[in-house]
Amino acid sequence: MNTNETQSDIWRWMPDQMSTFASNVDGLFYFILILCVIFFTLIVGAMVYFVVKFRRRTDQDETPLIKGNHTIEIIWSVIPGILLIAIFTWGFVDWMKLGTVPPNALDVRVEGYKWAWSFVYPEGIVSGELVVPVGKPVKLTMSSKDVLHSFYVAEFRIKRDVLPGRYTVQWFEATDTGEHWVQCTEYCGTSHSKMIAKVKVVSQEEYDEWISTGGGMGDDVPLADLGKMLYEQRGCVACHSLDGSKVVGPTFKGLYGVERKFTDGTSAVADDNYLKTAILAPNDTVVEGFSPVMPSFQGQLNDRQISALIEFIKSVSQ
Amino acid sequence: MFLSQQRTNSAAADASGSEPSYLTAKRGLMSWLVTVDHKRIGLMYLVSVLFFFLVGGLFALAVRMELFSPAENYFSADTYNKLFTLHGAVMVFLVIIPSIPASLGNFFLPLMLGVKDVAFPKLNLLSFYIYVFGACFFLYTLVSGGLDTGWTFYTPYSSSSSETSVISSTFGAFVLGFSSILTGVNFIVTMHKMRAPGMTWTRMPLFLWSLYATSVIQVLATPVLAITLLLLIAERTLGIGIFDPAMGGDPVLYQHFFWFYSHPAVYIMILPGFGVISELITINSRKHIFGYKAVAISSVSIAVIGFLVWGHHMFVSGQSEFISVFFSFLTYAVGLPTAIKVFSWVATMYKGSITLTTPMWYALSFLFLFSIGGLTGLFLGALSVDVHLHDTYFVVAHFHYVMMGGTIIAFIGGIHHWWPKMTGKMYNSAMGNLGCFLTFVGFNVTFFSQFLMGSQGMPRRYYTYLEQYETLHVISTIGSQVLGLGLFVTLFCFIHSLMAGKKAGKNPWGGLSMEWETESPPIEHNFHGQPVCERGPYDYGK
Repeated sequence: MNTNETQSDIWRWMPDQMSTFASNVDGLFYFILILCVIFFTLIVGAMVYFVVKFRRRTDQDETPLIKGNHTIEIIWSVIPGILLIAIFTWGFVDWMKLGTVPPNALDVRVEGYKWAWSFVYPEGIVSGELVVPVGKPVKLTMSSKDVLHSFYVAEFRIKRDVLPGRYTVQWFEATDTGEHWVQCTEYCGTSHSKMIAKVKVVSQEEYDEWISTGGGMGDDVPLADLGKMLYEQRGCVACHSLDGSKVVGPTFKGLYGVERKFTDGTSAVADDNYLKTAILAPNDTVVEGFSPVMPSFQGQLNDRQISALIEFIKSVSQ
Repeated sequence: MFLSQQRTNSAAADASGSEPSYLTAKRGLMSWLVTVDHKRIGLMYLVSVLFFFLVGGLFALAVRMELFSPAENYFSADTYNKLFTLHGAVMVFLVIIPSIPASLGNFFLPLMLGVKDVAFPKLNLLSFYIYVFGACFFLYTLVSGGLDTGWTFYTPYSSSSSETSVISSTFGAFVLGFSSILTGVNFIVTMHKMRAPGMTWTRMPLFLWSLYATSVIQVLATPVLAITLLLLIAERTLGIGIFDPAMGGDPVLYQHFFWFYSHPAVYIMILPGFGVISELITINSRKHIFGYKAVAISSVSIAVIGFLVWGHHMFVSGQSEFISVFFSFLTYAVGLPTAIKVFSWVATMYKGSITLTTPMWYALSFLFLFSIGGLTGLFLGALSVDVHLHDTYFVVAHFHYVMMGGTIIAFIGGIHHWWPKMTGKMYNSAMGNLGCFLTFVGFNVTFFSQFLMGSQGMPRRYYTYLEQYETLHVISTIGSQVLGLGLFVTLFCFIHSLMAGKKAGKNPWGGLSMEWETESPPIEHNFHGQPVCERGPYDYGK
């Protein structure tokens, strides 16, 4: 994103409107905001006026005995009451739209895990980026492999928790092409704040092209490049650095071909076979100084993708 | 008969010269540790709560320092997660919940009722030691690896995933709950059974009404938290599947249990603040409270409806969408009595004789900050808008405006208000006003910027963040330092008063409620004999 543009853009309330919900939600948001400004001005204005006008002049000041006034008390109960019901109703109407998925929606399954998102398309493509066509409803059927997560795209005004052991559903229809961020909004541990993924809204033609090339991960992509895409999209990046710093898991820098010591006292050289096992059954042996927290990628990656990741690790090891 | 005898005794005491105050009546450490005097217990609570306020505040400053830029500045991600968790847990369980009721409430409830002590003085001391015992578990948590679950302990992260001291901290919260319950029972019985002659329910100061409503919630809601935390401990230690789906449990069930307590707990936190503000505004405006009954009844109706809105924390959690609709509606229903209170406070100032003492500056700050906190709740109660704002910094800003801008500001204002009575000393009001001003400015800079970043989509509990939010985070961090400075000035003001403050008279602000009829500081048994209540607490005007 262009920094100059965003720097000047901080004194605003809602982000850009990029889904069919956004204008409705913003309408209610700004309606409430206007009410808030009016009521706040009345309350604080009256307060300041009274403090100035009725300030104590002498210690013998006498004040009238006013215990209440039914008329004014009814007015300031009924008028806010009506406004509160109006706000409730507006929020309720849009809530029902959020909860009603159009029948022609494109189905995408979302899996959340510590600390990445993966998106599974009906065609069998598994991607770390959510790529969707503009102007078409998209239904997300979401579940988690471990703890609670929450799927939030600010520009779409959608958010729903992602739970282990059950599916939650939400939908959106993007109104323009562009790139946004999915952010996890349910605290999920160490790298919660790195559990972000790109949403790419593209034209229908680009989308069809993307699907037909296997989500940009077709056989014509060189192994190390494919490995880099997988590293960035499938969550490796949240825990394994490339610059030697220790995050949650060991860094990939200088990893390939080096002897690894494990918590059970054994050791092994990090060759292709070791790396493959470490991806598919990561907690069988754990490197000293780390915890067995990595999820298994068994069934998540095909053989070519595993080879690609090993090639990538090899390429960044030097 | 009994009454007249009491009067004779006190007359004898008066005749024999001045009776020693509760501070000097008995001496030595043991006289404090085993005291059953509600005033000493209140003071011990006050010191403990302020100590943990300092601890929680330092965590908050550390959190804000780390967020100065999206990069790793001072702490690792794991340390940061522990800092924000401990900030929240300490502030909620050890500071805000006990703050006003246990310290100012304990000290002033019997004084305002015109009686010698609470109904069960020994139980009162037990509450304090249970608080200390619970606090020890939190201190143990600090040194034994911390806690990284967030103060809400959401499952299954807390039950199956976190590697920190979840058990000691949840057990600490479990224990602290009993302290709350016992104090609540004590207050309810005291108000029902021990009012001075002439002290009818409608002559009770509104501070006491708010304590009454608070106590009812404490007694009814806290056991639910205790059970929930016990179930969580059972799941974590014994592997019984209650909340973790991997063991056949349901994580949303945990959230229902948790918020069934924790939403009413929000009112445990704010209602006593409302009570303090009612006292501060009337006394400094020399006016009868506007709509006494409306203000008193609104406390009770908030307490009742407050039990039925917990699901508004869970609109996007996966709970039934239809249930969410009811929770949204009831949320607006609970907003109305709160609005009525604010209007009544402002109306109380009309045609008053307003003096800007330090406590009044706090009351005015409260009206400003709490109005923002309350009004921004309107955004979060609306179903569709909450989907966007839920778990963003908008929520963080909202509850800080309510909890800190509301409760803590009322608490500090209340300490200033009753300081002369508690200590027998005045403080330097210029220094007090400076502390209030810096706190007010720092607070707004810290948290108003968070409304903006929240509505723009900045999620809470983030160690690092997208670059577009950096400027607002920088502003917020600078604000937090001004806020910290303001609070330290306030602390210095109190210490200065203890060391060099002028002697306070019986009634420095000209109050009409009964605590102002006794000495400053009060004698051990509060009053010389049994006082009789002959007027309402707000009968100022003519």
